[in-house]
Amino acid sequence: MTSTTPTAHTLTPAEIETIRGDFPILGVEVNGHPLVYLDSGATSQKPVAVLDAERNFTVRRNSAVHRGAHTLAAEATEEFEDARETVARFVGADADEIVWTSNATEGLNLLAYALSNASFSPDFASLKLSVGDEIVVTEQEHHANLIPWQQLALRTGATLRFIPVDDDGRLRLDLLDEIVTERARVVAVTHVSNVLGTINPVADIVARAHQVGAIVVLDACQSAPHLPLDLHALDVDFAVFSGHKMLAPTGIGGFYGRRALLNALPPFLTGGSMITTVTMEAAQFLPAPQRFEAGTQRVAQSIALAAAADYLSAIGMDRVAAHGSHVSRRLLDGLATIDGIRVLGAQGERVGLASFDVAGIHAHDVGQFLDDRGIAVRVGHHCAQPLHRRLGLTATTRASGSIYTTDDEIDLFLQAVSDVRGFFGVTS
Amino acid sequence: MSSDELNGLYQQLILDHAKSPHGRVTLEHPTGSSHQLNPTCGDEITLSIQVDADTVAHVGWEGHGCTISQSSASLLSTLIEGREVDDTRLLLEEFRTAMRSRGAIELDEERFEDAIALNGVSRYVARVKCAMLAWVALEHALDGK
Repeated sequence: MTSTTPTAHTLTPAEIETIRGDFPILGVEVNGHPLVYLDSGATSQKPVAVLDAERNFTVRRNSAVHRGAHTLAAEATEEFEDARETVARFVGADADEIVWTSNATEGLNLLAYALSNASFSPDFASLKLSVGDEIVVTEQEHHANLIPWQQLALRTGATLRFIPVDDDGRLRLDLLDEIVTERARVVAVTHVSNVLGTINPVADIVARAHQVGAIVVLDACQSAPHLPLDLHALDVDFAVFSGHKMLAPTGIGGFYGRRALLNALPPFLTGGSMITTVTMEAAQFLPAPQRFEAGTQRVAQSIALAAAADYLSAIGMDRVAAHGSHVSRRLLDGLATIDGIRVLGAQGERVGLASFDVAGIHAHDVGQFLDDRGIAVRVGHHCAQPLHRRLGLTATTRASGSIYTTDDEIDLFLQAVSDVRGFFGVTS
Repeated sequence: MSSDELNGLYQQLILDHAKSPHGRVTLEHPTGSSHQLNPTCGDEITLSIQVDADTVAHVGWEGHGCTISQSSASLLSTLIEGREVDDTRLLLEEFRTAMRSRGAIELDEERFEDAIALNGVSRYVARVKCAMLAWVALEHALDGK
């Protein structure tokens, strides 16, 4: 379902070499060194198949979808909807449950604003949020899955609560029943923490939320690229993911909604392409997904996202997950042998990333040192200030891999991390 | 193993200032103060000045951040204390111009003394904000913002 299949074999060095051949950027040099790209958690690199899919559409079939009767328009529409079908299958949903967005942030805002619109209209009483209702998030959340809910609470008068984490960053599920109560209407949680890499026990949260009649919103940004994802099996009500983190271009993402709920939701953005009948006074809306796709869509990018899903599926998501698990182990085992390193997050099931603190050295300085050797990592709070604050840190360094990450790259990274304290003259 | 450029960015003087910073004091009678935050990394500084007549008599700051932001605040303190306000403003502009020059303009050694150690920063576009943090705080403190 969402856990790594234990029988899946990790990618062999030869397979990874073949994969790397599909990613032109991996051949570039940075500061005189071959690029070691360990920032895939922020944005992944793109294979030729994805770049070609985007370009081929623009070069050969570019035209407006869902309007116009000419041949190109018909072909473009077909390709656009095929892409939706492909991406839906990839995440375990039906095509009419997938709305194109520019990224996960837009998807979460779409939902928050649609719920906001429902709260101020007499036609959507069942989705109305008001004083006394509660929205629940977790202390692990990326700002994208926190601030839209803070703002929704402000607009509607609902109260925002959160599931805290323990000292290792684990969700305090022992408090689940206490925090997710009959007053909860929305529970928004990340599938995989973008800071910790740990895979959250979504099933437990879904069970409790549904028991009290709350809808569950899943941030699947860090799971969609790395784990087999089956949204129907997870039984969440809404979910979001970003294309650019899963080998697709920037500017395209997906918003999933359970069919019945999606069609019960009022629109967020309104305008062309999302209507049936329009008079000077009023408009009728199309069902989902078109109801949420006002205006001209990112057609070439949607098709490229489908190509990315196909690329990952061809490798097999169980094997992608096994590789991520291998990357995670090698990162954690290696970092554990270096003095002065504190890795964030619990051991256990993780995707291939590790965030860490180097005693006495600011993350920006660590990142600069690594960059000098061509090693690209993320530094800062990774858009998760509350989690960092809870763990007693302001900024950390994060290494995050993908299907193209090799053991040699991880070893170069580990060597650089073990040299960093010497360079800055920090010893303890 | 480390490149000349990296060694140019992290000169020994910068590492020393970051480790043992100057001016990390609280002023008793500040005439201006400013808190600055770099939202990308969470680096923070609160810098206060005491202007007597036309002179920045005292500089005091507290904060946390990377080697570049901490050493820049430290070097600023030694450079600005006792300097006339008008000249401080000129120095601030000269510093900003050099930092934004992508390595094209160097800090004048006669004007900037030890702070020329920060010259390497301007080649690293992502780090210019780190070096500027204390100086932006100084600018706001002078303006009374």
